[in-house]
Amino acid sequence: MRSSHWFRRRRVGLGWRPVSWQGWAVTGLAVASAAAVVVVLRGSAARLPVLILIVALYAVVALLTGGASADRPSSSDSESLPEPPSSSAGLSDGQQEALQALTGRNRQVGGSGAPVLVVEHLTKRFGDRIAVEDVSFTVAAGEVFGFLGPNGAGKTTTVRMLATLISPTSGSATVAGVPLDPQRGVEIRQRIAVMTENPGLYLRLTVAENLEYFAGLYGLTDARRIGQALDAVNLAGRAADLCGGLSKGLRQRVGLARVLLSDPAIIFLDEPTSGLDPVASRDVHELIDGLRERGVTVFLTTHRLEEAERLCDRVAILNTSMRTIGRPDELRDRLFTKTLVVRTATALADPARVFAASGVESWQADGPAGYVLTVGDARAAAPEVARALVHVGADLLSLSEGRHSLEDVYLELIDRDAGTNA
Amino acid sequence: MSVQRVRAVVRKEVREFRRNRFVIGTMASLPVIFLVTPMITIFRVPDSASGSQVKAAVGVISLLMLIVPVVLPPVIASYSVVGERDQGTLEPVLTAPIRASELLLGKAVAAFIPSVSVAYGIYFIVLISVRLGAAHVVSSVVWHAPQLLAQLLFTPLLALWAIWVGIGISIRASDVRVAQQLATLASLPLLGFTSLVSFQVITPSVPLAIGCALGLAAVDLIAWRVVSNLFDRERLITGHSAPWDDAAV
Repeated sequence: MRSSHWFRRRRVGLGWRPVSWQGWAVTGLAVASAAAVVVVLRGSAARLPVLILIVALYAVVALLTGGASADRPSSSDSESLPEPPSSSAGLSDGQQEALQALTGRNRQVGGSGAPVLVVEHLTKRFGDRIAVEDVSFTVAAGEVFGFLGPNGAGKTTTVRMLATLISPTSGSATVAGVPLDPQRGVEIRQRIAVMTENPGLYLRLTVAENLEYFAGLYGLTDARRIGQALDAVNLAGRAADLCGGLSKGLRQRVGLARVLLSDPAIIFLDEPTSGLDPVASRDVHELIDGLRERGVTVFLTTHRLEEAERLCDRVAILNTSMRTIGRPDELRDRLFTKTLVVRTATALADPARVFAASGVESWQADGPAGYVLTVGDARAAAPEVARALVHVGADLLSLSEGRHSLEDVYLELIDRDAGTNA
Repeated sequence: MSVQRVRAVVRKEVREFRRNRFVIGTMASLPVIFLVTPMITIFRVPDSASGSQVKAAVGVISLLMLIVPVVLPPVIASYSVVGERDQGTLEPVLTAPIRASELLLGKAVAAFIPSVSVAYGIYFIVLISVRLGAAHVVSSVVWHAPQLLAQLLFTPLLALWAIWVGIGISIRASDVRVAQQLATLASLPLLGFTSLVSFQVITPSVPLAIGCALGLAAVDLIAWRVVSNLFDRERLITGHSAPWDDAAV
């Protein structure tokens, strides 16, 4: 691809050299003008300032149309480069090695399993509007904690409070062992890392320069960490690319590399897969899995319930106030009764008699030859139900435990809130 | 105060300027263009010119030389905070362990370097040109030691003052364009002071130049602290002021 620059900085020495016909034309024009001024204005006091003006204008044109000396890939060049290959099953060995090198320094904060984040009655008001109300929870070291809620539920506000970006109206918190206090903002931020929904990269800087900037802000002196962070997100080959030329998925990965730089005790990820395609989302998921294996505490804010179910040890559902918190299976058990789903080849003649005999609390038809049974203990009831069906000569096609997804839990809670508000 | 963090901010800002040459290019080109007419005038002043003629011609050049460090930095400084907020890079930076005073000092130094380089560069060209081509009577006024000292001392100090005003406006403004216009307007009162020196209403002497420079340095230092105290993370992110003292955060 041809360069769009008229001039390029000299590799050796000072100044610029023309690299295109436009550059040579401007240079020729400048030389001709200077020669004309020397000849025409001989003896005039105006000769020197006019010559200076010509040189200055030439310098300005060179500055405005010039490129760097190194043949750095332009943003358009980087667009045409292939995406780095993603491993089909988890992180590659190189990524795992890089994660191992990057993480571990802060794992001793609180010890494994001890709370690394304690939030008590946190409330935030903006004027009359309540953004977050009386929220309390703890996150253990090494846990991947999901923070779910509809738009405007207060998830990002909570993260901003914990990251000392905004102050709580009331309540308290301890973040990575440091009490949430205006005087200790720097100390807290030194121990955490936040990836905001928009990674907020400097698009005119390269990937490596973006990371170098943040390494400097965190006071990191080991330059190898930048390479390791890029290895961990499989971006080592793109270090010299301008961020403006990267796809959204790659920018998100640069954001992830940035939060890995300082080996934080807690990583806050605010919607890390928002707007990403499935392949890019999978890469992010694999990285979070890798972080979990390394014992890194991850506070994951997400709208994607399947993502939370797949990645999180525990989830909290927020809708201004805390609605529920626990392991996904706990939440299901808490909100929904256990059910068995039965399918037979033909409708049962007397289903009430069949199911009454096998410890089923209640039942309802689900289609012409399907039944949903409410049971106290699905594991104990399933063999009983199967025996009862065989006993009456039913052709059993399937018998399975009814599964409620985290999405069901979420929608149930949000619907209840909507009903209450109505 | 962490020098490493300030240096990181400066390095990042300078890299961004280098990648966007229009910032510095347009900054340097305007004063050069405005300089042409006064320079031609000064070269036309004959050796036989009266003292008032010389004073007027040199006054215009001196004024322009002192205006350059006042009007150039607000363009960069006023973008420094509100510009980052607009492009979405401010919040990630605020999550890093950097104090408001460190971030702002880094940004001020980054705006200071090109502004003062351009101002000194232009002044140097003028000095050499006058020495080589202007009448002796003009050259002796331009190369007058207290005048030189005042110019050399005031250029960085006036630039710093304009930078802190620009950054202060950038912290409070909600739009880049408004910030740039306000910062340019806010730098205008300084022109009064520079005019007094340029047209020798205040006759520069070495003690006066040093005294004024010390005063300006103190004002710049106070401006840094005041602007750092204006920095409110919560307001910058949410539009609402924080109930706690954000300068400590």
